[in-house]
Amino acid sequence: MASRDDIKFLSNPTLGQQRKKYCRFKKYGIKYIDYKDSEFLLQFVNEQGKLLPRRITGNSLKYQKLVAVAVKRARHLAILPYVTDLLK
Amino acid sequence: MNHYEVTFIIDPVLSGDEIRTTASTYQSMLKDQGCDIVHVNEMGLRQLAYPVNRKSSGVYYCIEFTSPVGAVIGKTELALRRDERIMRFLTVKLDKYGVKYNEDRRSGKISAYKKKEPKKKPGDMPAAAPEVAEQPAPVIKQEAPAPPVAVINEEE
Repeated sequence: MASRDDIKFLSNPTLGQQRKKYCRFKKYGIKYIDYKDSEFLLQFVNEQGKLLPRRITGNSLKYQKLVAVAVKRARHLAILPYVTDLLK
Repeated sequence: MNHYEVTFIIDPVLSGDEIRTTASTYQSMLKDQGCDIVHVNEMGLRQLAYPVNRKSSGVYYCIEFTSPVGAVIGKTELALRRDERIMRFLTVKLDKYGVKYNEDRRSGKISAYKKKEPKKKPGDMPAAAPEVAEQPAPVIKQEAPAPPVAVINEEE
């Protein structure tokens, strides 16, 4: 029979753990956000075309502001919609 | 010297030649005012995200230029605003990162990064491929059990 020391966890302890969020701009060294690149900007808006909050995207404050500006520019140029349903 | 970038949408109802002349008039206008055209990006006919002037598509042009004086922008924007062929426009001052980004994009350096993003989408594609592969498999299985039935009938 296995001794008591072998049995440490009944279930996998990493199972319910949240993955640490990170700022992808800092991590990959992206310095400029192109407002003409709709594919890239789609990662930062929800299905209705609203900007996703920082607590979901994990962006740092500096780059969240730049993302917001880029999305707003794209909306003006009809690259992204102002309001929709089922964007993705 | 400041870097600028003006993006505008031309009415798609115009003929191809008219669209090209419209874009070249603004290029020559900027040149006359002492600007250096760095690059002209013809993004072509694109679907608009929402209707503008009751049109659902437009021809996108993006002119990147350098200018010694900022007064050029006001004149250019006034001309763009008065022009009925232009549906929308946006002038942006580029910082050093923006200039570098555009250069890298032209030389194809950014495309290496761009491949990273579509990787997530091809992730769906391989997932779809096995489904297709699985479908023929049951068909084979159905064929296989069928012969024994025929054998049993023969025995009876």
